[in-house]
Amino acid sequence: MTGATSIGLSVENLFAGYGETVVLDDVSLDVPAGGTLAVLGRNGVGKTTLLTTIMGFTTRHNGSVKLDGRAIENDPTHKRVLAGIGYVPQEREIFPSLSAEENLLVALRPGGWSVEAVYELFPRLAERRRNAGNKLSGGEQQMLAVGRALVGGPQVLLLDEPMEGLAPVVVEALFDALAKVRDESGVTMILVEQHIDLAIEFATDAIVLDRGKVVWRGTTEELGADEAMQASLLGVGVEDGG
Amino acid sequence: MNDPVNSNFENRGPAMANMNISMSPKSLGHLVPWAVAIAFFFLFPERLGQWTEILIWVLFTISMDLALGYAGIVTLGHAAFFGIGAYTAGLMSIHVTGDPIIGMVAATVLAGIAGLITGMLILHTTGVTLLMLTLAIAAMLENWANRATKITGGDDGLQGMELGNLFGIFEFNFFGVTAFWYALGVLFIWFLIAYRIVRSPFGRSIDGIRQNANRMRAIGTPVWWRLVVMYGVSAAMAGSAGALTSYKTEFVGLTVLQLLTSGIVAVMLILGGQKTIYGAFFGAAIYIMVRDTAAETYPFLSEAIIGIMLILVVLFLEDGVMSVPKILRRRPKKAAE
Repeated sequence: MTGATSIGLSVENLFAGYGETVVLDDVSLDVPAGGTLAVLGRNGVGKTTLLTTIMGFTTRHNGSVKLDGRAIENDPTHKRVLAGIGYVPQEREIFPSLSAEENLLVALRPGGWSVEAVYELFPRLAERRRNAGNKLSGGEQQMLAVGRALVGGPQVLLLDEPMEGLAPVVVEALFDALAKVRDESGVTMILVEQHIDLAIEFATDAIVLDRGKVVWRGTTEELGADEAMQASLLGVGVEDGG
Repeated sequence: MNDPVNSNFENRGPAMANMNISMSPKSLGHLVPWAVAIAFFFLFPERLGQWTEILIWVLFTISMDLALGYAGIVTLGHAAFFGIGAYTAGLMSIHVTGDPIIGMVAATVLAGIAGLITGMLILHTTGVTLLMLTLAIAAMLENWANRATKITGGDDGLQGMELGNLFGIFEFNFFGVTAFWYALGVLFIWFLIAYRIVRSPFGRSIDGIRQNANRMRAIGTPVWWRLVVMYGVSAAMAGSAGALTSYKTEFVGLTVLQLLTSGIVAVMLILGGQKTIYGAFFGAAIYIMVRDTAAETYPFLSEAIIGIMLILVVLFLEDGVMSVPKILRRRPKKAAE
C-alpha cells in the first residue's frame, strides 16, 4: 500500500462538454489533500461529465484541472493516471474476457497497491480471482473496479455512483472499504452520488450541480442542516424512482 | 447460464497462470500440431512442398491473429510486411549473402521496422479509416515494387536468388527437405514468442485495449504505443513468413504484396478461429488443402468451393474451426435441460 503523502485536486473555471456542446459551465472546485468531496445533483446535470473531463475524455473548452497544483488538463488520459488519478466509472467496465486477477494485473503500476493488498481489502475478490470478468456479480464487479483503480496507485480517486444498483449489505461493505482506503492511505476522493444520506455520511464537503453550474457548496454538515437543498435533491430522487 | 459470451470463457481460468506449458495430459494437446507436421514429413514426402507452404501460411496467420485477433487492428494490408520479408530475403541472397539465417534476420527486422513506422502513422485511427490506410500502404508498396524493375524485377519477379546452406550444412534443393525443416523451426520459435506474448500482462492489456480502449487509458495504459509495439511484432512475424516463402521457391513475385495475399491470410484466420493462435494451424491447413484438392479435381470451381466453405464456416462456426470442440461440449448440456 502507498504511504505517500496526500495530494489534492482543483478545477478552475472549467467549461467542457462533447464537441461544441457545453455541459460544464464554469465549474470550479477544490478538494484538499485527503479530503472527500461529494458531487450531488439530479440526473443529467453534468456530474459524470465532470469526472470524465478530469480524466480527459471530453472536449475541454476552457479552464484548468490541477493535480497537486500542477496543470494536467492537456495531458493524455494515461498520463493523468500515472500522475495519480484513479477512476472508477459508473458502468464499472470490467474486461469480460480477462479474469478478475488479470483485470487487476493489467492495471498494475509501480508504486500502486499490490494485488494481494486489494484481496486483503476485498477478500471476496480473492475467492473469485480466476473467474472471468463477466462472471462476477455487480458488487464483485464494483469491488474489482475499485481494486483496479487502486493498483494504479491513485492519490485522487474519482468514484462515479459506486453504489448504484447494489444491495444494501454490499453498499455498506464497499463504503467501509473506501473509508479504510481514505483513512489509512490518505487518498483524496471525489464521489458522485445520488443518495444524499450516504454522501453526507461519507464525504467532508459537497457541491451541488445544476445544468452544469455549481449551485451550492459547503461542508456535508452544512448540507445536513440545509433542509431546503436536501428537499430539492430528494424531490428529484423521488421523481427518478417513479 | 447460456449466455453465449460467458460460455466462451468457461473452464479457461486466467490465461496468465498457464504461462508455462507443463506436461499434464491436458497440455499434451500442445504437441499435436507439431507431431502432425513431423508425421506428415515421413508419411507423405511427395507432398512436402504443400506442407512447407502450409507451415509458412500458419506463421503468417499467427501474425495476423496478433494484429487482428488480439489487438483488434483491422487490417487488409498485412501482405506489405509479408512482401517486405520476401523481397528482403531475396535481395539479400542476391546482393549480400546467401546465408538463410542472416537473410531471415534481416527480413524480420526490416518488416518489423516497417510495421513500427507505419503503425505509428496509422494506429491513432480505428475501424474503416484504419482498414483503408492499411490497404493504401500495401497498395503503394506493390505499385513501387512493380515499377522498380531494376531492384525487384517488377512484374517478372525477382530472379537469380543464390542460397547458401542452412548452418553451412543443409542444402536448399528441389526436394524441399531443408525448406520444410527451416519453416517448421522458424514457425516453432515464433509460436513460442506469440504464445508467451498473449499470456503476458502486455498481451492481456492488448486484449483489454481491443475490448475498451478508453478504459485502458483510464487505468494508465499508453494505448497507442502498445498497439504500435504489437503491430511491429506482428509485422516482423509476417516478414519471417515472407522470407520463408522466398527460400522455398527461390523466387519472389509481386503476388506476395497483393491485396489477395492480405485477403487470404484474413480468410485463414477466420476459418481457423481468431484469438487462439492454434486456429492458424487449422485455417492455413484447411485452406491450402481444399484449394489444392479442388484445383486438382474441379479446376474451374476451386475458387467457388473455397468461397462456399468460407460462407458455411462464418454462418455455422462463428469462431472458426477452433470452436468445434466447444460447440460439441455444449450440445449434451442443452439436451439434458
